Amino acid sequence: MIAGIRSVLAECGGLAVDAETLAINDDLYAAGLTSHGCVGLMLGLEEEFDVEFPEKLLNRRTFESIAAIRDAVRGLVDGGEA
Amino acid sequence: MNAAPAGLAELAPASVPAQVDVAARARAIGAGIAARHAEAVDRDGRFPTEAFDALREQRLLGVMIPAEFGGGGASLFEVAAACHALARGCAATGMIYAMHQIQIACLVNHGTNGWHRDLKARIAAEQLLLGSATTEAETGGDIRNSVCAVKPDPGAEHDRFTLAKNASVISYGDQSDVILVTARRNPDAPSSDQVLVVVTKDDYRLEKTTRWDAMGMRGTCSDGYRLEAAGVIGQILPLPYADLSAQTMLPVTHILWSSTWLGIAADAVSRARAFVRSEAKRKPGTTPASALRLAEATAKLQQMKAVILAAIRQYELASGSPEQLVGLSFATAMSTLKVTSSELVREVVEAAIRTCGLAGYRNDTPYSLGRHLRDAHSAALMIGNDRIMSHISTQLLVQRDGSGAFE
Ligand SMILES: Cc1cc2nc3c(=O)[nH]c(=O)nc-3n(C[C@H](O)[C@H](O)[C@H](O)COP(=O)(O)OP(=O)(O)OC[C@H]3O[C@@H](n4cnc5c(N)ncnc54)[C@H](O)[C@@H]3O)c2cc1C
Repeated sequence: MIAGIRSVLAECGGLAVDAETLAINDDLYAAGLTSHGCVGLMLGLEEEFDVEFPEKLLNRRTFESIAAIRDAVRGLVDGGEA
Repeated sequence: MNAAPAGLAELAPASVPAQVDVAARARAIGAGIAARHAEAVDRDGRFPTEAFDALREQRLLGVMIPAEFGGGGASLFEVAAACHALARGCAATGMIYAMHQIQIACLVNHGTNGWHRDLKARIAAEQLLLGSATTEAETGGDIRNSVCAVKPDPGAEHDRFTLAKNASVISYGDQSDVILVTARRNPDAPSSDQVLVVVTKDDYRLEKTTRWDAMGMRGTCSDGYRLEAAGVIGQILPLPYADLSAQTMLPVTHILWSSTWLGIAADAVSRARAFVRSEAKRKPGTTPASALRLAEATAKLQQMKAVILAAIRQYELASGSPEQLVGLSFATAMSTLKVTSSELVREVVEAAIRTCGLAGYRNDTPYSLGRHLRDAHSAALMIGNDRIMSHISTQLLVQRDGSGAFE
């Protein structure tokens, strides 16, 4: 899953750095993720993992690190609803 | 001392007298000293000194500082009503007051350090005036990106910083005692990784780069400056600017700006109403044809009031829940508020001008509306509506239906 998230990040996140070099707990906002970038990232994640983010996950915290994204996506895949 | 009648005292909890008080004091200043000097402030493009002396005297600058720091503990609703009341008399006074209170809200909600707590007490005691430096020459209205950065000061202890910003617009920079400045977190941070830095007059130097000679809002004295500041790291608000903006700065800005514009619109409608009444008196028994446009202006004014009151209510419901405040639907509601009310203020003033005809178009009648129209035109540009709408349209790609009331 982490590899999938990294590839979506690299493709859709518009980061200032190479997504491969980020540790899973690194702050993505410090790496240049913007609210605009979040939109692309979320659409990319929905496509990649065939999930849909509910309203309550649509905030900055959900996308703050690769680990946070993994937890959110895992919740969606496992429970339907996070 | 008069005891309040028992029934009234029951109906009026402690907060109510304060509310009446803030709005009433602001209304007296707006209708009195601010209105009296509005023409000169506009013509000469000068700071509304008289109105702000009165606001200080009435302790209305520190009114939103919590009581524990010596302030008035006023709510956003009360401050919004004050912006409206001031702007009815002088739009520049209302807008400066709004901009000041926006900075206060950021400090009150997010200034948790000892340094910030001391400053809050100082603001209340000395009725300091707070300004804002978000706009940067290089990025314009794109305030969510900065070029300038907080630099750790190598010559000093670890906890000091320096900051230099090419701030192309700082309203009332000359009169400000404290300025809140956006900047990148450090020299290596990407442009979107910002913080909000609080600096006092003792910490900064301003060098004027441009003079504000604009169509309207002339009394805001929104000159350009090169700002150079130094201070201790504790002056930086700890929350990332993106969160601070979502939770406080953006909603409070749009609510207080809109309330100010509502004041401009309300005064335009008052003038139009007075004009129609004077026409009616000249031909008793008939309703002047111009009254139709007055009805249109009044309907739009009501619409404006409704969107602002709804937004204040939404903010009150969401505050205390950072999760709701940073959510997408709340952000969309607060951004569309600004776009809607900034378009409506111009439409209301235009309808008022149509109502009054030449009497509104001329600069020398009691119904003159030229200043209102010029002031109203700043609304759509103050963070360009097209910029906001393009941002919203991107966000809408992922927005879902909310689950709260009326969603
Ligand atoms: C009365 C007044 C007081 C002010 N006081 C202060 C102050 O105290 N401190 C401060 O920091 N700033 C202040 N500002 C500046 C304000 O915050 C904005 O930065 C400024 O209005 C933007 O100026 P601009 O039109 O040059 O910006 P730009 O953002 O460069 O916009 C130029 C034009 O391009 C359009 N545009 C931009 N991006 C897009 C997009 N993505 N899609 C479509 N169109 C787009 C805009 O709508 C606008 O029409 C003040 C402004 C006013 C009017």
